[in-house]
Amino acid sequence: MANSNHTTRRTVLGLAGGAAALVIVRPADATPAMLQAAIRNVVGEANVRAGKVKLDIPPLVENGNTVPMTVSVTSPMTADEYVKSIHVFNEKNPQPNIGNFYLGPRAGRAQISTRIRLADSQKVTAIARLSDDTFWSATADVVVTLAACTEEAI
Amino acid sequence: MPSALINVPKKARRGDVIEIKTLMSHIMETGYRHTASGDVVPRDIITSFTCRFNGTEVFRADLYPAIAANPFITFFTTVTESGKFEFEWIGDKGFSETAQASITVE
Repeated sequence: MANSNHTTRRTVLGLAGGAAALVIVRPADATPAMLQAAIRNVVGEANVRAGKVKLDIPPLVENGNTVPMTVSVTSPMTADEYVKSIHVFNEKNPQPNIGNFYLGPRAGRAQISTRIRLADSQKVTAIARLSDDTFWSATADVVVTLAACTEEAI
Repeated sequence: MPSALINVPKKARRGDVIEIKTLMSHIMETGYRHTASGDVVPRDIITSFTCRFNGTEVFRADLYPAIAANPFITFFTTVTESGKFEFEWIGDKGFSETAQASITVE
């Protein structure tokens, strides 16, 4: 009896979580719960819309240990209208977060570049928080030939 | 030995938007790898990067194990006066490094 209650509760919670994820992130691909949780952690209950963000990442990479990535956001970057932060997430690494980048009006241009690790072929999502606290996103598919993280350390 | 590479233009005009490129040598051990004997290699990453201009924060980043070894970060900033950029990397195992670069604004 106790066991069946437990299962029911878990199922209900899982469904609720899934439904919330579908509402928050479009396009609604079947992405793991960890990614959704990490994104909710940043955006809260806010709606994330597709657009304004440009995610530059090679569609096919040979080596997942170092993948160049540039995120830029369309914004005038004035004192009234600017990008507060850029958050980058992945779908299949052991951890959903890649990095958080905090900008401000004096950045002048809302663009950051770095090099990331990808443990598998997967989606990478960048979300920007604007000064009016709206969230915008872009998602890119990356095919990885040699995965990061999996090799043995010597 | 940790070492930083910083690329900041030496001169700019007032109001220019300049690009800053930074690279810090660091292994960025993820904490998800195992040795041949099956032991987990403990995490050792840079967790935070900050850039200040004349004492005011202009850019900050939280880094995770998904950032590649020797973190390379580029970003932009508007320059309004001559001064000094200070860069700071903080990480696991007490890692803390700084670097500086000056710019002349005409």
